[in-house]
Amino acid sequence: MPLEILQAIEAAINGLSTGIMYALVALGFVLIFKASGIFNFAQGVMALFAALTLVGLQSGQVPFAHIINAIFGTSVHHFGWNVPTILAIPLTILVMVAFAWAVERVVLKHLVNQEPIILFMATIGLAFFLEGLGDIMWGAEVKRLDVGIPQGGNLWFEENTAWLGGGNPDFFGFYIDTLSLVALLIASVLVTGLVIFSQYSKQGRALRAVADDHQAALSVGISLRFIWVLTWSIAGIVALVAGIIWGSKSGVQFSLSLIALKALPVLILGGFTSIPGAIVGGLIIGVGEKLFDFYMQPIIGGATENWFAYMLALVFLLFRPQGLFGEKIIERV
Amino acid sequence: MLDQTEGYTTADGRQIGGVVMELRNITLRFGGVEAIKNISFDIRKGEIRAIIGPNGAGKSSMLNVISGFYNPQEGDVIYKGYKRPPMRPYKVARMGIARTFQNIALFEGMSVLDNIMTGRINHMKSGFLSQALWWGAAAREEAEHREKVEKVIDFLEIQHIRKTPVARLPYGLKKRVELARALAAEPQILLLDEPMAGMNVEEKEDMSRFVLDVNDEFGTTIVLIEHDMGVVMDLSDRVVVMDYGKKIGDGTPDEVRNNQAVIDAYLGVAHD
Repeated sequence: MPLEILQAIEAAINGLSTGIMYALVALGFVLIFKASGIFNFAQGVMALFAALTLVGLQSGQVPFAHIINAIFGTSVHHFGWNVPTILAIPLTILVMVAFAWAVERVVLKHLVNQEPIILFMATIGLAFFLEGLGDIMWGAEVKRLDVGIPQGGNLWFEENTAWLGGGNPDFFGFYIDTLSLVALLIASVLVTGLVIFSQYSKQGRALRAVADDHQAALSVGISLRFIWVLTWSIAGIVALVAGIIWGSKSGVQFSLSLIALKALPVLILGGFTSIPGAIVGGLIIGVGEKLFDFYMQPIIGGATENWFAYMLALVFLLFRPQGLFGEKIIERV
Repeated sequence: MLDQTEGYTTADGRQIGGVVMELRNITLRFGGVEAIKNISFDIRKGEIRAIIGPNGAGKSSMLNVISGFYNPQEGDVIYKGYKRPPMRPYKVARMGIARTFQNIALFEGMSVLDNIMTGRINHMKSGFLSQALWWGAAAREEAEHREKVEKVIDFLEIQHIRKTPVARLPYGLKKRVELARALAAEPQILLLDEPMAGMNVEEKEDMSRFVLDVNDEFGTTIVLIEHDMGVVMDLSDRVVVMDYGKKIGDGTPDEVRNNQAVIDAYLGVAHD
């Protein structure tokens, strides 16, 4: 195979692995949007907060250490223990569930029946609040996150694809990070689980019912507040997964919350209401931006990755506003 | 405690039981407007109880009080002999009171079958975790509920649209699906808010037949609001008449028909 095609394929494979990250963040958006019609601007920050909490718990960091030290003149920073990952992850999930409960109590409960734009504004506030809270609780420095996912180039994959070069001395097989393979696996398990849950379980059906019509849901005995806490909890868990994978790759840092912006074109592509759409949309954007960059770099220069996704989203808005998998809006006259 | 007096026998020979719900001196206000003014009446087991009255009389508000969507400022709702505290509507639904809405409230994005299945939600026992951990039991339970739902589907003759997304159905069928969802909950009291509004004669006849059949077959107590006088007089055992938030009549269709206050409310009366 000619080298250029091989390089293009490698770029695409790379794109797949970034695409999964986008998809995981987008998935959190879709869950909340489906259940409550709220576009949750805080989803990216939730991923950051979950990752921060996980690292903090793992390394036995004292939360709010700076405040405690400033007030009491102490200098506590660490409890002096390390919590094993297997325990730290459930604890983080508990924190995210508590967060979901608090959001319902403090924010959503008081905004029932408000315009979507008001709820959207509330989530912007939530995003800033959560970012600040994460900062105060765990500190702003970049942290290393290690939950035991193997990292680095996957030799097996590289060796087993080397033959594709047909003896070309410049080709050693495709490079792919093992982390990406694990991420792909986790994402597929997560999505399968979510689809089964929403299609076939009692709570899943209740969730779809609430998404569709609040009054009708009430009339069959569904508690809206329970469903909201449930949705936000699931979104929190999805955020944790995204945070773990992204944090393992590039460290837990506050720029993590900016991936949320890349999730927007993903949602426009996949449709705001489709769980598989979020995944497919994420992959298309991931692969698309890498391939576009690969072929266009010689012509128009680099850094196309920064805008390609948004341009693609714009094209979609013009021709298929409901996205690839979104529900088509039919108005009966 | 409530006096559980013996029931009565209707003109067509059906035996009506004791009081299942009593509304006592209900007053409902929205700001300064009194939508319901000190109304009392009872609902007996197995009867078809109609609430009628001109537009804006407060009929739908009354139904919303019964189903917990509104909580009245004054008065008591006594259900099965016990005073019901102010309650959220989903809890009222869990106590066996199902309803339909004047402007159909269905889950438009879901299929007819899924819509009706939501009616079974309160009867499903296995929760979140047990469903995740013990798939077999949950699947078996799902099958049992599915069977009940299929019976309702057969009963209301909507087999042919079972898998159709609700959004695609015509108005009359949507109304029937909404009734099916309420029935699937196997309610003690079924509240129907204008089940025949906007229907043509044929659809009305169908719906009337279903209402009677439901009452006959399952012994369900039905409270309905309806504008079509012919339908009301044919269907109901007892009728409450409301006007401007007040109760102006209560009795069998014949009694109500000959009540001067009712005639005045409907036909208008000359004011001096």
